Amino acid sequence: MDYPAEQVADTLVGLGITHVVWLPDSVMGSWERALDRPETIKLVRVCREGEAWAIAAGLHLGGCRPLVMIQNTGLFESGDALRNVLFDLKLPLLALVGYRSYLVPESTDSARRFTEPILDAWGIDYVIVRNPDELGQMAEHFRACRDAGRPGVALVAEGRM
Amino acid sequence: MNPTTETSMPLVEALRVLVALRQQQIVVTTMGAAREWPKLSQHPLDFHYIPSAMGQAPALGLGLALAKPASEVWVLNGDGGMLMNLGCLVTIVASGVKNLTLIVLENGIYEVTGGQQTPAAVAKRQVAVDFAGFARAAGFESVHRFDRLGDWRSQAAHTLQSPGPRFIVLAVEPVGDAYHLEAPGPMAARLTTFQTALGPL
Repeated sequence: MDYPAEQVADTLVGLGITHVVWLPDSVMGSWERALDRPETIKLVRVCREGEAWAIAAGLHLGGCRPLVMIQNTGLFESGDALRNVLFDLKLPLLALVGYRSYLVPESTDSARRFTEPILDAWGIDYVIVRNPDELGQMAEHFRACRDAGRPGVALVAEGRM
Repeated sequence: MNPTTETSMPLVEALRVLVALRQQQIVVTTMGAAREWPKLSQHPLDFHYIPSAMGQAPALGLGLALAKPASEVWVLNGDGGMLMNLGCLVTIVASGVKNLTLIVLENGIYEVTGGQQTPAAVAKRQVAVDFAGFARAAGFESVHRFDRLGDWRSQAAHTLQSPGPRFIVLAVEPVGDAYHLEAPGPMAARLTTFQTALGPL
């Protein structure tokens, strides 16, 4: 699935995102140039996904509007950092998470199997963006979460790893 | 007191040096530093990161440094926490921030869980595990290590003025039995105070 990079970047600009804190997968990786272009968005590159949540926490406390952008495998890796900033610090952070193998129904990829149960277990409000036409729903979801002061995740459907 | 005769570095004395020099810096503490700093100083720009995600204090400090480029951010980290997230050294340098000082309080143990040795402490019997070397290799602009309180006391002000991002290792002594760590009050109230002090973007 190809999501138009410029459309993604424009959507984030429209949301007032100031920083994208990311460790991309192959789908998001194709957005790098577009995300690096807007003057209003700074791309912050991390070495491991747990860092992304803590950096986003510091940015949020400092008055910015960060977005964490990682793959679902990184979501699993970053569990403790996520737990801390969303539940101990109670920060309403937003994340866009690549949903590896979602578009492959016969997939036995364990990353596909555990993604939604993990988010359900955390009690995190999420939507699934199944194709580029649904990027608007992602924006609506993020706005609703922000207005309600709660964390939110948008899962971006992807094919095989 | 003659600084050159002070050959060891009690944690509290190492922190007193920073407290004396602190003006309007944002200070993020974790683990042992979070236990001792509130006993020495109370400031609205202090954020005592308890409960934390161990290893993430430098990342949280980086977020603050990015959000507040006109402010200096000090992060007081433990060596166990540093070992958990060495990649953050590269992340900090890659971000381009200049207003961040990462201070590692190295005692060789996981102090708040009762004093178990870190892998670095064990490895040091055979090879030199060098936190300052890690930071230097990652590209930190200024890297310093102090093993003696006297040296730290006499050079701290100058060190904290060196070009950022800065990395400082302080080889401190374990505190002994008084290692228990408690949050200095409810997180929500502390965050409100902290965010108010930080002000708007």
